[in-house]
Amino acid sequence: MDIVDRFKNYLLRHVQVMLASLGDLWRHPLASIMTIVVIGIALALPAGLLVMLTNVAQISGQWQDSHQISLFLNDEVGDTRGQQLAEQLLSWPDISAVEFKSSSESLEEFRELSGLGSMLDNLPKNPLPAVIIVQAADDFSETENIEDLLERLARMQDIELAQLDMQWLQRLRSLNQTAQRAVQILAALLSISVLLVIGNTIRLSILNRQAEIRVIKLVGGTNAFVRRPFLYTGFWYGFLGGVVAWLTLLTSLAVISGPINALASQYDNVFSLQWLAGELFLALPLIGVLLGVLGAWLAVGKHLNAIEPN
Amino acid sequence: MINFNQVYKRYPNQHEALSGLSFHLERGEMAFLTGHSGAGKSTLLKLIALIERSTHGQVIINNQNLGRMPRWKVPYYRRMIGLVFQDHNLLHDRTVFDNVALPLIISGENHREIGRRVRAALDKVGLLGKERNLPIALSGGEQQRVGIARAVVNRPPILLADEPTGNLDPELSQEIMQLFEQFNQVGVTVFIASHDHDLISRMPYRRIVLQNGRLAE
Repeated sequence: MDIVDRFKNYLLRHVQVMLASLGDLWRHPLASIMTIVVIGIALALPAGLLVMLTNVAQISGQWQDSHQISLFLNDEVGDTRGQQLAEQLLSWPDISAVEFKSSSESLEEFRELSGLGSMLDNLPKNPLPAVIIVQAADDFSETENIEDLLERLARMQDIELAQLDMQWLQRLRSLNQTAQRAVQILAALLSISVLLVIGNTIRLSILNRQAEIRVIKLVGGTNAFVRRPFLYTGFWYGFLGGVVAWLTLLTSLAVISGPINALASQYDNVFSLQWLAGELFLALPLIGVLLGVLGAWLAVGKHLNAIEPN
Repeated sequence: MINFNQVYKRYPNQHEALSGLSFHLERGEMAFLTGHSGAGKSTLLKLIALIERSTHGQVIINNQNLGRMPRWKVPYYRRMIGLVFQDHNLLHDRTVFDNVALPLIISGENHREIGRRVRAALDKVGLLGKERNLPIALSGGEQQRVGIARAVVNRPPILLADEPTGNLDPELSQEIMQLFEQFNQVGVTVFIASHDHDLISRMPYRRIVLQNGRLAE
């Protein structure tokens, strides 16, 4: 046999073993499906959380560069005085835009967004103050300058409260980062559990095939030859688990997308649910395959040398 | 071909199975290994197949010193030894064809060559029509012949058999022995452990008799 022939036979043998291991899973459908679903759920869980966090990060990212300050005016300040104040502020070099909202306009807006219309009518007087929304100039991007501006505004006579709208956003971002870290830990733990599930499944199938392994070793089978079908079994478990995870995730997103789109429409559709379907379709089976082959390798490595002809 | 030089084998439980055994088998020779049970016959065959390693002394097979053979080379070494067992050691979830093809699949032969050689081996042992059967559907004698076909399918220079007729009646045993003779006639070194004295006394081959791990006087 020349070297090309040998290589061809080797590849052919791999394809045969690959298909044979799939056939083995097919012959025990219930056990295989249970294992695959367990792997699928373990992969889908961190992936789903990752999709959530990516969406949250994307929403908060839209306001990344906005430095918006809300100025709540004292109750006794009238609409005319408010307008004047707004125009005066616009002339400041570190302010690029202002918007004045009278207390009745604020109430109207709140009525629309909250849907509490008739309840608001029962109030004896409008509880909302007039607001000037100030957009800091673009070159005032550094936090210190913004804080500076905020302080100057807060000291003004007619202003009850000056609030940097970034603050809640920053909190959201650090919350998001914490959650991301938590998801990473969860993903690591679930990956280990996938390894263990696959390792244990492979261990059982090795024990079931002890006699066969002994015979193969007696007639000159190398460790690689013995290992191969088990590695492909791990490959299939991981791959199919990844596909199941992807389908689970898409189904869940389809279920959740209705309410989320309804929510988005109330915020003028400033955000939309990102499915990440394409990325996950590549990533989930790939991660599954890596974990599957690694789990099988660990299991076979541990048991292979223990099974010798006697 | 098979060369034992002052070979000792002591098991972890301190039982000494072989004590300073020396003998030599020529290339192309056929010989019987006999002795009472526990005399060390199985241990001797295991040393040749590298299922066990000697505690002291040299085992040299086909000019290879087994004591110096690294673990990773053992599978390739075993491919030049055909092994036949008393209990056949067949895979019961595979057809006769697949059982016999196993050594060829392991050594990476191509599909056509496998088909050709498996059929030739099955033809030799008279089982050509049964390649699609599962071993369980065959009689004891037929299963043993499948085992022999598997042992010779990759044309090894050495054929070892451990009590190959242990479970068979005299007539079937006779047929199996004639098969071994045929392989010997085409140059294979054949070494058969057996306690079937009636059978081997009727055959004109050397007998290596073990007694308590030594050659009997």
